[in-house]
Amino acid sequence: MNLTFLFDRVMVAYVARRLALAGVMLFGLVCLTFVIANVAPSDPAALAAGPDAGHSQIEQARREYGLDKPLPEQFLRYVGDLAQGEFGRSVATGRSVGRDLARYFPATLELCLVAMSIGLLVGIPLGMLSALFKDRWLDHLTRIFAVSGIALPPFWFGLLLQLGFATWLGWLPTSGRLGVATEPPEPITGMLLLDSLLRGDPALFAESAGYIILPAVVLSLPCLASILRVNRSEMVECLRADYITAARAHGTVPWRLVAVHALKNAMLPTLAIIGLRWGWMMSSTVLVETVFDWPGTGLYAVSSAIAGDFKPVMGVTLIVGLNFMLANLVVDLLYGALDPRLRDA
Amino acid sequence: MSPGSDGRSADTRGELNRPRETLLAITDYRLAFDSFDGTAQVLDGVSLQLAAGETLGIVGETGCGKSVLARSLLRLNPAPPARVVSGSIQFEGTDILTLSEREMRRLRGRRIAMVFQDPVSYLNPLLAIGPQMTDALRGQHAAAREAQPSRAEARARAAALLASVGLAEPERLLASHPHQLSGGMRQRVLIAMALAGNPALLVADEPTTALDVTVQAQVLALIAGLVRDRGLALLLISHDLGVIAASCARVAVMYAGTIVEEAATATLLRGPRHPYAQGLLAAVPDLDRPDHRPRGIAGSIPNLLRPPPGCRFHPRCALATERCRVEKPLLRQVAPGHNVACHHA
Ligand SMILES: Nc1ncnc2c1ncn2[C@@H]1O[C@H](COP(=O)(O)OP(=O)(O)OP(=O)(O)O)[C@@H](O)[C@H]1O
Ligand code: SF4
Ligand SMILES: [Mg+2]
Repeated sequence: MNLTFLFDRVMVAYVARRLALAGVMLFGLVCLTFVIANVAPSDPAALAAGPDAGHSQIEQARREYGLDKPLPEQFLRYVGDLAQGEFGRSVATGRSVGRDLARYFPATLELCLVAMSIGLLVGIPLGMLSALFKDRWLDHLTRIFAVSGIALPPFWFGLLLQLGFATWLGWLPTSGRLGVATEPPEPITGMLLLDSLLRGDPALFAESAGYIILPAVVLSLPCLASILRVNRSEMVECLRADYITAARAHGTVPWRLVAVHALKNAMLPTLAIIGLRWGWMMSSTVLVETVFDWPGTGLYAVSSAIAGDFKPVMGVTLIVGLNFMLANLVVDLLYGALDPRLRDA
Repeated sequence: MSPGSDGRSADTRGELNRPRETLLAITDYRLAFDSFDGTAQVLDGVSLQLAAGETLGIVGETGCGKSVLARSLLRLNPAPPARVVSGSIQFEGTDILTLSEREMRRLRGRRIAMVFQDPVSYLNPLLAIGPQMTDALRGQHAAAREAQPSRAEARARAAALLASVGLAEPERLLASHPHQLSGGMRQRVLIAMALAGNPALLVADEPTTALDVTVQAQVLALIAGLVRDRGLALLLISHDLGVIAASCARVAVMYAGTIVEEAATATLLRGPRHPYAQGLLAAVPDLDRPDHRPRGIAGSIPNLLRPPPGCRFHPRCALATERCRVEKPLLRQVAPGHNVACHHA
């Protein structure tokens, strides 16, 4: 893929526009999280002061956390803290939310990256093959697979896999990120697969791969299914296109017709669904993380929400929203890389 | 008369009138498209001959099967739904309908090449001109099991081809994308691609219909020049008799999937014999006689799912008799080199 266009003057303006838009969205997101935290029914001061606290202690906690200030002032402080990477403190545990996120987010990111890789590496080739063998048995098979991938509840599917591969076959561990006996390494990126590679530790890599495979497969399934279906229908269209007929007439070899000439065109809409799915994936890890006891942001957000602790929820919401925006931005840039008409527009 | 005997008489005719060897002989070619609604008999017993270096125009209303016939010569009609019912297409002595797809690939671009109607949709919007041309060139080598030229060699040849169709700055063009070129340039690029393999037969399906009038003349002149200089045989499809008169020595008139009249262009323009050909000529505005109003042919092309029995033109023909309604007229010679398929011509 040709990325030199990124330095083009037109493209710089395009990227700047996109970034400005992302900034506006980010501000909206910050406002939203703030509102959510303030309309929530629980009283964070009471929570911070503890269950046995009396009235005066609660008021003291309120002052300590700045909750007695007028809302606009609280908001400004919230924004100012965020700008410094400070997400505030969990009122339930007293720990810094920023530090918690630094611990949990790499786990979720790793899970999502592996799940998305599965979605792409399986979804795109299967989509292409289904288009090539349209209305033949392979196409019917992938259709059934895709429909069940979207329709199956992930926790049910997750339990099924656990039962099959962990309990019955005993090939894979049931849950967690690493065995209890394994000392987790000092984090570099916090993603175990990557860290074990960086440290040149194949045993650790194999172990963490064993732990991640089942949750990643479960998480990838709806994403894989929609990538497969979109790619298939786009490929069917593109293989019929006039430019394919012409390239065939001129002598271009079949595999290049399919894998380059048609696929490139089919990737435009597929890219959109990939970006969307990536956003959804990160916001929907909760169920998978619960079933597989995966210590990520989903689990963190849910346990905090149950405790009525809203700073962590705000932090996770921000991260998830930021991820959505980043995915959007990356998809837009990839569009530009793929489609020369957009570059010149 | 059986289709077979019609084919033989056509052969003798070719020997009588044409000293050059026969390049292409289509005999009683029938092609159907299967669909949910039934079978459309799109080509209904087409017979045509073309000698090396000869120019033949095919004219007919929209939907009469011109493009389907053109694509048949390179076997580009998607099958299914397309299905060959009967007949043969002899090219350089072999029936291309019996070739395997791999053998067919050796003809595409190398022996038979095609230029298409709408240069916008027949060029891949996402690929630069360079890779589109070199893919075709390299594919032709691969199909012929020859050593592939390197990318640089292929590119140099592509540049030379672009220059040979009158395009300036070929190097820059190779790096351009289709949307950056004008319609006329795009059509020249497509013509250059068609010439890449030094074909013996050029099939041009309405090559100027999508272009501006001024550009039309240039592109026609380019094609005529190439045909002259390279000794190409040309099959030029158009619904514009003027275009054909300017570039083709012979012309065949097509109606609803059959050739109804075939003659030297001058002969046909002076004295068409088939009622449909007469109607077609009457529909052309005569610049020398402004008082002479062009008349269209009443009625419209039949539904090919249920074509009329006998002569397919009879529902629109003023001369139709009972015989026309039951018996299909076959192409017969009415004068040397002049064939008509009509019971009463
Ligand atoms: N892939 C296909 N599937 C089904 N039917 C087809 C297909 N291609 C062509 N046809 C049918 O074949 C008939 C002839 O089409 P064709 O494109 O050859 O007409 P044409 O003479 O080239 O017309 P035009 O002047 O508009 O280009 C039409 O009725 C069309 O619907
Ligand atoms: S065969 Fe009959 S219907 Fe057909 S064109 Fe001739 S006169 Fe008309
Ligand atoms: Mg056509």
